[in-house]
Amino acid sequence: MAKKPQLAIDTRPWRDPAAKPFVRIKNVTKKFGDVFAVSDVSLDIYKSELFCLLGGSGSGKSTLLRMLAGFEEPTSGSIEIDGQDMTSVAPYNRPVNMMFQSYALFPHMNVEQNIAYGLKRDGLPKGEIADRVAELLTLVKLQDYGQRKPHQLSGGQRQRVALARALAKRPKLLLLDEPLGALDKKLREETQFELVKIQETLGVTFIVVTHDQEEAMSLATRIGVMNQGEIAMIGEPTDIYEFPNSKFVAGFIGSVNMAEGIVIEDEPDHVRIRSAELGCDIYVGHGVDCAPDQLLWWAIRPEKIQLSREKPESPFDANVTKGMVEEIGYLGDMSVYQILLESGKRLRVTQTNTVRGNPDSITWDEEVYLTWGDSSGSVLTV
Amino acid sequence: MFRRGWFLPIAASLGFVFLYAPIISLVVFSFNENRLVTIWSGFSTKWYGALFADPQMLGAAWLSLQIAFFSATIALVLGTLCAVALVRFRKFRGRTVLAGTVSAPLVMPDVITGLALLLLFVAMESTLGWPAGRGIVTIIIAHSTFCMAYVCVVVQSRLADFDMSLEEAAMDLGASPVRVFFDITLPIIAPALVSGWLLAFTLSLDDLVIASFVSGPGSSTLPMVIFSKVKLGVSPDVNALATIIIGIVALGVFAATILQLRSRPKKARA
Repeated sequence: MAKKPQLAIDTRPWRDPAAKPFVRIKNVTKKFGDVFAVSDVSLDIYKSELFCLLGGSGSGKSTLLRMLAGFEEPTSGSIEIDGQDMTSVAPYNRPVNMMFQSYALFPHMNVEQNIAYGLKRDGLPKGEIADRVAELLTLVKLQDYGQRKPHQLSGGQRQRVALARALAKRPKLLLLDEPLGALDKKLREETQFELVKIQETLGVTFIVVTHDQEEAMSLATRIGVMNQGEIAMIGEPTDIYEFPNSKFVAGFIGSVNMAEGIVIEDEPDHVRIRSAELGCDIYVGHGVDCAPDQLLWWAIRPEKIQLSREKPESPFDANVTKGMVEEIGYLGDMSVYQILLESGKRLRVTQTNTVRGNPDSITWDEEVYLTWGDSSGSVLTV
Repeated sequence: MFRRGWFLPIAASLGFVFLYAPIISLVVFSFNENRLVTIWSGFSTKWYGALFADPQMLGAAWLSLQIAFFSATIALVLGTLCAVALVRFRKFRGRTVLAGTVSAPLVMPDVITGLALLLLFVAMESTLGWPAGRGIVTIIIAHSTFCMAYVCVVVQSRLADFDMSLEEAAMDLGASPVRVFFDITLPIIAPALVSGWLLAFTLSLDDLVIASFVSGPGSSTLPMVIFSKVKLGVSPDVNALATIIIGIVALGVFAATILQLRSRPKKARA
């Protein structure tokens, strides 16, 4: 039987307060004119991590990456890599390599020359360079393409050449700017796993910038969600998805139902929220940092709500509401239901299609009950 | 629409006739035996012999080639620097002025440029003592000035398409800025540099008006000599010379095309 992955503290150094970070970004701010591209970002990244910076366009993620590579200098703050201050070190003197979004393959050089370029700059002997290049071509499965020019390659092959070139100098830290952005969906999924495999084999620390939340979720050990130049949340993929810390993060990752409510019971072991939008009370089975009569938001993922025709049990006289099926989106493995509540609010619910061609499944215009567990949603104050 | 019809072949042949009929008639008449250019009286290569026996023509041709070579080279360096400044440094003091002055020679009548340069050279001679008199140096300076504008335009368009991340990638792989320029930037903009240089060379070789203003005694360029000869009636050895020049130019264009095809089998960015 296959062994489960070790979840010990040594594979998750960010959980260990004594662990020494490999990359330390301290209060970094970057201004372009009067615009804050990155404002006061502090971030620790540990050795062998695959860290994803996730954000929309203009969120500052690429600027942060370019500062790590040395193409931009921070307006204030400092960047440390492997214990050394890198803030004013030129890009060609950093132990860091970057894979560019456009791949930036040199059009006048063939694949081998592209990969060898960095090694030649280091003044390695010819034989050693040839060995390294061959080894890297094998790693990215392009052994027979060494003599090709970049324009003779497909998009996926160019992407692999770019990766090989960035890895050639055995950098301590590899920066990847939208590494899969230019590939089509199917190729992207394949390449994703290849990228993770290569990262695990070589043990290089990766920092990946992406706007694709699915990509970030499947690649990353940890994700840093960026919004308007600031880090909105840092956490493991499950933390980000299941325990978002703000309305922005909850809405940015995956789809979510958000409802407004007022705290009517605030106890150490539970909280009751009255929501006019939902038409019921929300019973949260753990303490929340809030005050009675406070206005807050409650967020729940579509797959955490159950639908039923009969009224389900509600132990706390809460967490059950009624609505009408307005739309159904059949996706094969699951169906997405849009439910119109009496208040006029619409909720999105997904149900797995466990029974094949179920004739008894819930259908359009049916009255249904919606219910959820007492710890299924997140209470958000910001 | 016209793909398979009669329109395209006819339009194309008309175009070719317009472009090449004068050249073909010139080549044909260069082998005319008669001393009157327009009357055909038999095949002969005697005007080629006469041409090579004419030291004035040959001297002027050699002078023109020298001037074209040096001014194209100077124009290439200055024009490229100018293009780099305009494309790479988006904002700097005097950018608008530079952009304006660079394109001015493109629209300025040659007569004005020639006159202005002549006045400048005269004024410089009387105040600085340099350039002493007018001759090959002043022609080279004058030609570099207006050719630079053309080079700048050609290089600018190539630089504007240039993917900056290529330079960043090279720097990221450990190349210093100087190395980046020679390893990456230069090879990629090389086609533009070659065509800019060739353009400047041709323009300089071709120029009559500006050269007439700024040349001095004993430094008559080929166009000036031909023009003064034609004033006394076209002599057939001019035809012979023109045919030789056409031959050289055709060879050059052919070689350049072959070179470009070989370095880039397809378009670099598909």
